[in-house]
Amino acid sequence: MARLEPEKGWQLHPRVGLRPEPFGALAYHFDNRRLNFLRSPELVALVRALPEHRTPRGAFDACGIEPRRWPSFERALHALADSGFLIPTTAENLPALETEHASQEGIVF
Amino acid sequence: MTGLTEELKLGLDAPICLTWELTYACNLACVHCLSSSGRRDSRELSTAEAKALIDQMAAMQVFYVNIGGGEPMLRPDFFELVGYATSKGVGVKFSTNGSRLTPQRAVELAAMDYLDIQISLDGADAATNDAVRGAGSFQTAVAAMDALADAQFGPFKISVVVTRHNIPQLDAFKNLADGYGAELRLTRLRPAGRGADTWTELHPLADQQVTLYHWLLAHPDVLTGDSFFHLNALGDDPLPGLNLCGAGRVVCLVDPIGDVYACPFVLHDEFKAGNVRATGGFEEIWRHCDLFTDLRQPQSAGACASCGQFDACQGGCMAAKFFTGLPLDGPDPECVAGHGETSLASVTPGALPASTSNHSKPVAVSLGPTR
Ligand code: SF4
Ligand code: SF4
Repeated sequence: MARLEPEKGWQLHPRVGLRPEPFGALAYHFDNRRLNFLRSPELVALVRALPEHRTPRGAFDACGIEPRRWPSFERALHALADSGFLIPTTAENLPALETEHASQEGIVF
Repeated sequence: MTGLTEELKLGLDAPICLTWELTYACNLACVHCLSSSGRRDSRELSTAEAKALIDQMAAMQVFYVNIGGGEPMLRPDFFELVGYATSKGVGVKFSTNGSRLTPQRAVELAAMDYLDIQISLDGADAATNDAVRGAGSFQTAVAAMDALADAQFGPFKISVVVTRHNIPQLDAFKNLADGYGAELRLTRLRPAGRGADTWTELHPLADQQVTLYHWLLAHPDVLTGDSFFHLNALGDDPLPGLNLCGAGRVVCLVDPIGDVYACPFVLHDEFKAGNVRATGGFEEIWRHCDLFTDLRQPQSAGACASCGQFDACQGGCMAAKFFTGLPLDGPDPECVAGHGETSLASVTPGALPASTSNHSKPVAVSLGPTR
């Protein structure tokens, strides 16, 4: 698992599925079998836009999120990175992902 | 989390937790079987119908399906269906008693992706387990776990239904799981299926519920399928999980003949939403059927409204109330404040809902010694 570093590019883990839901989206990690809730459509759009930008803040800008709201979105991205749902884009930066119990963040049934 | 729970109560575009019982056939006759399994039903979905259902799950982006039974590995097309689901991106978790999990099958399973296995075990020793699951079933499960370990399947799960008799074995279960590098999953005994006949003798006693609550808090890595939220009324620390009855909202069941129920523990006409063979199939039922639409409406707290713990425990489990004859908008039969026992005392035995789905084999099953 990795801390979200603001200078890096980030993206969804390739084994994470994202399903649109009325409240935003449901994310499921097929490796660590955890479930996460993306609790606003804006956050979903942001997560989808991440890989096209060199840094998360670049994506915030592109998604039209006002700077005063950046901290709350950064917290949401941190949580996703903590649980292995987001990974750095550059292959050599890939951290060794733990396959089970990457974090207590997500929910397992 | 409360906001999220409120949103989940309104329902989702697809279930989070979809259970699919592949067959009612079973070589065992566990005394608490929630689906009263034993005999195969001749109306069972064909391979083609089962694949069509998987196609629909994939289109709805159902992330994974919990396959059970009966004993799902008894279906001759079991491997074909599991392979088909995972190839479509629908992960599979399946529960088995282990009787068909030979070393050779274990090697095949270890080679598959998107696959989770749960071995059912209801005692940490043969005596405790076999009293519920039948003679020899402990040894069978151990052989299956050994086969998975030898095949280097990885962390499978040991799935335990918590009863009066195995609560003293919680640490032993954990040690057993740790020894295999497996995960432990504890679930609640509901009075569903044959469990309705044995629940009174098997469900944990009040002092045991307290033990269980504290044990679960001390072992957050033990999975529970979200099934013990009625225990949250015991203290200020909630157990991890969604803390709601997910029936028809985030959970549902497809039975072997394609009937869709609100949850795996309510196999009764009252909670039947439709059949996947009908026009529109599963998707139509999940999104639009009357039963699920009703379950997604705000539910009344009924007699629980005057209890300060309703936010913590949500009044417990709908299935547990239904099959013990209690009102659905009142306390759970295992209400930790003791209100369930009071309500149970006023239920006339003849008034209990009669089973509408029973595939038990015509043999008498007897319980082991009771506490
Ligand atoms: S009275 Fe209802 S809300 Fe209160 S503890 Fe019992 S079941 Fe839970
Ligand atoms: S009825 Fe009980 S078992 Fe079924 S989803 Fe609700 S709480 Fe869970």
